[in-house]
Amino acid sequence: MTTTTRIERHHYDVVVIGAGGAGLRAAIEARLAGKKTAIISKSLFGKAHTVMAEGGAAAAMGNVNSRDSWQVHFRDTMRGGKFLNNFRMAELHAKESPQRIWELETYGALFDRTKDGKISQRNFGGHEYPRLAHVGDRTGLELIRTLQQKIVSLQQEDQREHGSYDARIRVFSETTITELLLDGDRVAGAFGYYRESGEFILFEAPAVVLATGGVGRSYKVTSNSWEYTGDGHALALRAGATLINMEFLQFHPTGMVWPPSVKGILVTESVRGDGGILKNSEGKRFMFDYVPDVFRKQYADSAAEADRWYEDPDNNRRPPELLPRDEVARAINSEVKAGRGTPAGGVYLDIASRLPAEEIRRRLPSMYHQFKELADVDITQEPMEVGPTCHYVMGGVEVDPDSGAAFGHVRGLFAAGEVSGGMHGSNRLGGNSLSDLLVFGKRAGGHAASYADGLASRPRVPVPAVETAVETALAPLQRDTGESPYVLQQDLQAVMGDLVGIIRREGELVDALARLGELRERVAKVSAVGGRRYNPGWHLALDLRNMLVVSECTAKAALERRESRGGHTREDHPTMDPAWRRVNQVCSLEGDIVHLDRKPLPRMRPELFALFDRAELAKYLTDEELAEFDALTEEER
Amino acid sequence: MGTEKSQAAGAPATKRQFRIWRGDETGGDLKEYLVEAKEGEVVLDIIHRLQSTEAPDLACRWNCKAGKCGSCSVEINGKPKLACMTRMSTFTEDETISVTPLRTFPIVRDLVTDVSFNYEKARETPAFAPPPGVAPGDYRMQQVDVERSQEFRKCIECFLCQTVCHVIRDHEENKPAFSGPRYFIRAAELDMHPLDARDDRKEYAQAEQGLGYCNITKCCTEVCPEHIKITDNGIIPMKERVVDRKYDPLVWLGNKIFRRGQVPQTSVTSEHSPGAVRTPAAGPPGFHSHAGASHDPQAEAQAQAGVNWHREVPKPTAPTLDESGKLPLTELTFDRPAAPSPFGEDVTFPLPPEHLNYAHPEQDKH
Repeated sequence: MTTTTRIERHHYDVVVIGAGGAGLRAAIEARLAGKKTAIISKSLFGKAHTVMAEGGAAAAMGNVNSRDSWQVHFRDTMRGGKFLNNFRMAELHAKESPQRIWELETYGALFDRTKDGKISQRNFGGHEYPRLAHVGDRTGLELIRTLQQKIVSLQQEDQREHGSYDARIRVFSETTITELLLDGDRVAGAFGYYRESGEFILFEAPAVVLATGGVGRSYKVTSNSWEYTGDGHALALRAGATLINMEFLQFHPTGMVWPPSVKGILVTESVRGDGGILKNSEGKRFMFDYVPDVFRKQYADSAAEADRWYEDPDNNRRPPELLPRDEVARAINSEVKAGRGTPAGGVYLDIASRLPAEEIRRRLPSMYHQFKELADVDITQEPMEVGPTCHYVMGGVEVDPDSGAAFGHVRGLFAAGEVSGGMHGSNRLGGNSLSDLLVFGKRAGGHAASYADGLASRPRVPVPAVETAVETALAPLQRDTGESPYVLQQDLQAVMGDLVGIIRREGELVDALARLGELRERVAKVSAVGGRRYNPGWHLALDLRNMLVVSECTAKAALERRESRGGHTREDHPTMDPAWRRVNQVCSLEGDIVHLDRKPLPRMRPELFALFDRAELAKYLTDEELAEFDALTEEER
Repeated sequence: MGTEKSQAAGAPATKRQFRIWRGDETGGDLKEYLVEAKEGEVVLDIIHRLQSTEAPDLACRWNCKAGKCGSCSVEINGKPKLACMTRMSTFTEDETISVTPLRTFPIVRDLVTDVSFNYEKARETPAFAPPPGVAPGDYRMQQVDVERSQEFRKCIECFLCQTVCHVIRDHEENKPAFSGPRYFIRAAELDMHPLDARDDRKEYAQAEQGLGYCNITKCCTEVCPEHIKITDNGIIPMKERVVDRKYDPLVWLGNKIFRRGQVPQTSVTSEHSPGAVRTPAAGPPGFHSHAGASHDPQAEAQAQAGVNWHREVPKPTAPTLDESGKLPLTELTFDRPAAPSPFGEDVTFPLPPEHLNYAHPEQDKH
């Protein structure tokens, strides 16, 4: 093939794939370390999915409650992740996030303030103290804009010093990486295309940081954007790295399913807290049928009692709509599967008939405005149609907690943010994502830079690998017999949404794997019409194989883990099993086939264990581990 | 996504007439599509349906589909809008809906334009200058003081204000000298940032960003999906302060007396009399103090130490003239017969004494 000679080539020390919070923070760090750095952005600069984060960034600064500390934050994070977290990541995250937030202020960020002029912090589910630094409900936008503007300021420095904005840090916007290139087991570069022109581009670089975000586009109902096709997960697998915890996906029980203009968008839990009730298509308030025995004491068994709770919570039991997220999601799922769902595949969330319109607008202003503006739905007049929506993937590239370097048999590959795994265990707390991006983005960028420094010789990009990458990328355009990428994506979304969704069963997972196998053959023959210039059909065709391999990881790991924990609920294994807490499931790729291994979780250091009560640990640990814990505390006495 | 079972909730799908511009820099034209539209959809849903059916290679940018990222900017029936925020229910059933790319920027393909102009202008806008000597974690600002800048930081960079702006919409020749509304509010945001260490944001906007080209037709404000008051809260205060600083003797005196960020606590702070200096230009002309309420320890210390007599006073500069060598006229497009008040329309004189932040130099020296 002769095309290789005409491919645009660039030489960098560090290439960061992904321009969300983690990618930009990594790039800043690599550039500050003096490395020539490239940022690859799949969409325009500053549009990454980070903008969607609303709540805030969790950091134990103690501005609102001075009793907060990294130890408390660490505890909350481990609890939230049901103790499956990589303890070292949770520890680093809790310790370093305050500095990372304060640093943003030196880049020009303007957080909301406390009365004494410090950064304000808000309460959030699972956090013991008010901890989330925020800017109204647009914290993610503030974060990405701040990092974007910091990069511009570094470019301005370079312009003054070297005469070119792009001298040491350059953003390649609307550029997609399709392949990592290796020299033996070392990363040698990355291959991709410009969306605008369809021309190929080759980066030669000894260190690559993956910061590509999540996988939500493989699901029918998701709050994620089109970019979330698991590119980084798939690139890492193909380069010889491993993924962990891929069975854990965070679903929110009440995302909008109708109308289509707001499909996937979250409906905050406070709608239910303020009196909203769930009804099926027969108009029945069905949650009373789904209160598990363990919760019977706390939850009302009649509508009359439930309704009294809003006014008098001390003398009445809670309405069952306020059961934990997974219980609510399970109930919605069962109703829909029993044929009592709405036409769009959800259930009704009704607040309109429960409170006066005036009161709804007062208590839920942003919900009211969001749906009024985006969908012309007046939540004070009509019920909402809701169902579980895919929100975040806890699983990702298995990394060294301190450096972000990928495990497996590849060197020079780093990962940070949603694409990396371990930090959040089986379930992520709200607010921990934005701080995760900053803490581990900085670490990955810094360690990628020092890895590049420490190399005796630069790896070389092998020519045949480039030729293969070109052929693979052009293949969908050259075939005219295959199926449309849009149809394949819909089919993939249907499989994942229906069979590997929020509630999982062995039979359905087995079925899903068979269907994914069929899809793999169909995706291999996908064809895209049109040319190479800004052709979304072609782009989707290339993303499909990433979505597919990541979906296979999720389905396989979900089938294997026979317990329910955090973002993985098995109807046939409904309880948490302490023996499974000690296990990470590790995915790797052998040829085209996803291979699943088990690996013990790293052992938490004794002083970290000592931060917890024995009674709490007893819920998570095996008897054997508890005996060890007791021995430790004996010693201390 | 087109063929899902989401067709529901009663109302049957209807066929709607669309005209979408297809082509690239070599040319193109409006192509007619008769496409299914379902209840509750937005224009972006229709574009996605077209992509998944008869036009798989139809190029269109989008990301969040929730009005938060500003990617899907197009012109719908000639008006710059976000495709994800334009509901089908806002059109009549028999209306033909035309979707065209942003007119101000070079075409890439179909609905995608080359918006790199904006990123170039972003790079030319001086970045935030951190206050020297203030450690991370020691930044102190009051909520009322950050709110003015926060309004501008809501910007999602959809560039609708840029595409609608007359100065560049049909005047390619103005592009080199004109940054556009997006970057005027960026300058305003930094100008109003309580701790930004640069004090020449307005002068810079005038001299380098082409602020003088703007003749305040408020089109940018009208199209802003975040409802940022670009003109009233950003551009006008920036223009007025430049004018004030250049010509107003009181400003000259004020600049002589206090360096920016050095107004002592005894003067008006937004904390003590909310609203007093919050509205742009409501304080004494050319003078906007942040540090009084900011508890910035360094500024406090400087203020305690006394007056900086070495402050550089901005030199008067010539006003920006238009191509014909004349001062730009705004009266024709303004809603009253004279020029707008440089103090803002909501300020009535005389100001109450407690809202004046003049402090006697001798008394404050102690």
